[in-house]
Amino acid sequence: MTRTLLVRGMLVGIVAGLLVFALARCIGEPQVERAIAFETGMDRAEGKAAEPEMVSRKIQRGFGLLTGTVVYGAAIGGIFGIVFAFARGRIRIASPRALAALLASMAFVAIVLVPALKYPANPPSVGNPDTIGIRTAAYFLLMAFSIAAMVISFQVGHRLRSHFGAWNASLLSALLFVVIMGAVCHFLPEFDEVPAGFPVTLMWRFRVASLEMQTVLWATLGFLFGWLAERDSAWTQLRN
Amino acid sequence: MPQSAAGSIAIEPIFVPAIPVRELLPWAIFGGLLMLLAIYFVGAEQGATALIHGRGVHEFVHDGRHLLGFPCH
Repeated sequence: MTRTLLVRGMLVGIVAGLLVFALARCIGEPQVERAIAFETGMDRAEGKAAEPEMVSRKIQRGFGLLTGTVVYGAAIGGIFGIVFAFARGRIRIASPRALAALLASMAFVAIVLVPALKYPANPPSVGNPDTIGIRTAAYFLLMAFSIAAMVISFQVGHRLRSHFGAWNASLLSALLFVVIMGAVCHFLPEFDEVPAGFPVTLMWRFRVASLEMQTVLWATLGFLFGWLAERDSAWTQLRN
Repeated sequence: MPQSAAGSIAIEPIFVPAIPVRELLPWAIFGGLLMLLAIYFVGAEQGATALIHGRGVHEFVHDGRHLLGFPCH
């Protein structure tokens, strides 16, 4: 059963990765190109030689981007499948479709939304290469805290259910998550490395595109995986 | 009964048996490690740390890394 769910998660993740690639080509790549043009202009103004292209732009925005989104989708999907296998029968939700949607939305908040609010996606030419180490560490640390806070808040919410009822327990659980993550974000370092004159609208469009891509990824995972799980005959047999 | 107030997400007492942790663990460890390694290669290799020498991996997944929200360079 675990194997089936893992493989299914990966397959759904590949589908999600393909959709994300198509979306990235439409709404993400124009912003990347503009940001690179800004970077080139900035280098030229400073009299620096243009960076030699190791991988051509055509490959980067084509096969490279496709590889990135599909591998990322498959990996996230695989982990989603394992988490679903663990949650099945442990989180007391009758419908597998609802369980998949719940898990995907919680994961989206913990893995995408919260990290993006503190450390939003940056287009090329934003970010000092000297701080890449600390920025990467802070980003993954925040993500780890966010996942842990989500699990803890969910558990606490579950315990409070018998006392306060489902609605109030969920609200308290969400409040706990917000308080924990507010404190964590307060203590993590801040980075402001946007070069002077970088277009604000370009930054906004790039970040919205990035969030839209992640939304499509997690929505596909949650709904498609849930739909397949609902159809699963093994599930129905187990339930009857 | 507070549970009936849950609305569309029905909370019911009858359930599918949970998959025992002993059965889950090998998949979770090996599958999980493999998936994390894949995410590492898309999201962070040849950025802050490098397992493979050079810039090839970084440059190849460059656009995906930026757009998926990872710190790139």
